[in-house]
Amino acid sequence: MTVDPLSEPAQARRRTIKVFLGSGLLASFASFIYPVLRYLIPPPVADLGGDEIVASKLSELKPNSAKIFRFGSHPGLLIMNSDGTYRALSATCTHLGCTVQYRSDLRQIWCACHNGIYDLNGRNVSGPPPRPLAVFDVHLRGDEIVVSRKREA
Amino acid sequence: MFAALRNWFDERFDWDNLIAPLRHKTVPTHRLSYWYFLGGITLFLFGIQVATGILLLLYYRPGANEAFESVQYIMTQVKFGWLIRSIHSWSANLMIFTAFAHMFSVLFLKAYRKPRELTWVSGMLLLFLVMGFGFSGYLLPWNTLAFFATKVGTEITGQVPIMGKPMMIFLRGGEEVTGATLTRFFGFHVAVLPGLATVLLLLHLLLVQRLGMSVPPKLEVQWTVNPSARREMTFFPNFLLREMMAWYLALGVLGVLAAVFPWNLGVKADPFVPAPAGIKPEWYFLFMFQTLKLIPSKVWFIDGEVLGVLAFGLVGLVWLLLPFFESDQPSHMKQWITGLAVFALAYVAGMSVYGHFAK
Repeated sequence: MTVDPLSEPAQARRRTIKVFLGSGLLASFASFIYPVLRYLIPPPVADLGGDEIVASKLSELKPNSAKIFRFGSHPGLLIMNSDGTYRALSATCTHLGCTVQYRSDLRQIWCACHNGIYDLNGRNVSGPPPRPLAVFDVHLRGDEIVVSRKREA
Repeated sequence: MFAALRNWFDERFDWDNLIAPLRHKTVPTHRLSYWYFLGGITLFLFGIQVATGILLLLYYRPGANEAFESVQYIMTQVKFGWLIRSIHSWSANLMIFTAFAHMFSVLFLKAYRKPRELTWVSGMLLLFLVMGFGFSGYLLPWNTLAFFATKVGTEITGQVPIMGKPMMIFLRGGEEVTGATLTRFFGFHVAVLPGLATVLLLLHLLLVQRLGMSVPPKLEVQWTVNPSARREMTFFPNFLLREMMAWYLALGVLGVLAAVFPWNLGVKADPFVPAPAGIKPEWYFLFMFQTLKLIPSKVWFIDGEVLGVLAFGLVGLVWLLLPFFESDQPSHMKQWITGLAVFALAYVAGMSVYGHFAK
C-alpha cells in the first residue's frame, strides 16, 4: 500500500492539528487524574487536644513508675521519679514512631521496637533514635497533674 | 458424550489447534529438575490464598472497632473458622517462602538469562506484590503486633526523600495509623493487589509457556554439542501429574501446620499502650528489620534510616534488572552474579536468624 505524500502546507496543517489535539487530550487527562490524586490524600484532621491536658490524678502513680496518657491524638508518657517529682514527654519514639515505655529497673525510657533508649530528660542515649523526645511542662492543680506544651521562647 | 462436547468446541474455536502448544510442551529432565516444581507450588498456594481469602471475607469486617472482634468471631464461633484462618496465615507464610526459594533457584540455575529477562522481571514484581499482600494482610486482625508493625513499616516509607511523607499519608489514610489505615489496607489486600497479581501472574505464566523451560547453561552447552544426550518429558500429563503430587504434599504439610499450630490472634491493638517487649516483624521482613537496627542513627550527615531505606531500594532495583547484566552466551556466564546470589542468600538467611535470636 502506498500513501500519497502530503504537500508541505498540508504537513504543517497536520502538525498544528496534532499539537492542538495532543495538548487538549493531555489537559483533559490531567483534569481526570487531578481529582483522583487529591482524593487519595485524606483531609487533615484538626488536633482537638489543645495545649493542655489532665494526664493523671495524684493518687494514680507511685514513685518510680509511669503511665501513658492521651495528648490529643498522640500518646504521652508521664513519669513519677523516685523523689516524687513529675516529668512528661512525648511517648512517640523519634526513630520509627513506636510507643515508648518507662523502665523502672533502668530509670530510663525504652522503645521495644528497635531497642532505643532515652534518659529522663528525653535525650536519645543509645540505639537508633535520631532525636530527643519532646518534653512537656508539668504542674499540679489540686489533685490533678496537668501537662502542657512548652511555650516556644 | 465428552467427544461430542469436544467436537462442538472444535468446530467453533479450532480447539485442537488452540491446545496444541500445551500438548507439545516438554520439560527437560536432569538432576536439577526438581527445582522446576517451586513455581507451581507457589501458584498452588496462591490458589489456596484466594479460596480461603474469599471464605474469610464472608465474616470479616474492616474497621478499628470491628476487625479484631470479627476475626475472634471467625476463630471461636464459626464452624472450622479457626482452621480456615489458620490455613490462610500458614499458606501465606509458605507461599512467601516458596516464592523466595523459586527466585533463588531461578538465580542459581541462571534461568533468568536471555530470552527470559521479562519472565524474571514479572516474577520479581510478583514477589514484591506477595510481600505487599503479607504486609497489608498482617494488619487486618488489628492486634498489637500488627499495629506496631504497620506503624514502623509505614514510617519507613516516610523516610524516603521528597515522596516519602505523601506516600506515608496515602498509606495510612492520615498522619497516624488509625482505623482509616485499616480500611485502606483492607482495600489494597482484597482488591488492588489481587487485581495486579492476576494480571502479572497471567503474563508470567504466558511467558513461561511461550519460552519453555530453561536448562542450566552447563547442560545447555553439553546438549548443544551432543544432542542425543538431551532428555525430556512431556508436560501433559507426565510433568503435571508429578507437580500435582507435589501440590498434594504441600496441602498435607499445610493442613498439619494449620491444625497442630493454629495461628494466634493476639491482643487487640491500642494506640495508647507502649510497644510490647520483644516485638518483631514477620520473618520475611526480619533481615531488613535487623539491618535497620544495626545502622547507627547518623552515618556521616545522613540519618541511618534514610540510608537503609535508600540502600534497600537500590538493591531491589538492581535485583529487578539483574538479567540485563548477564551475558548472552551460555558458555560465558557472569561469575559475579552467582557470587552476588550466594552472598544475598547468606545475608538474608544470616540476618533473619540473627534477628530471630537478637534481643
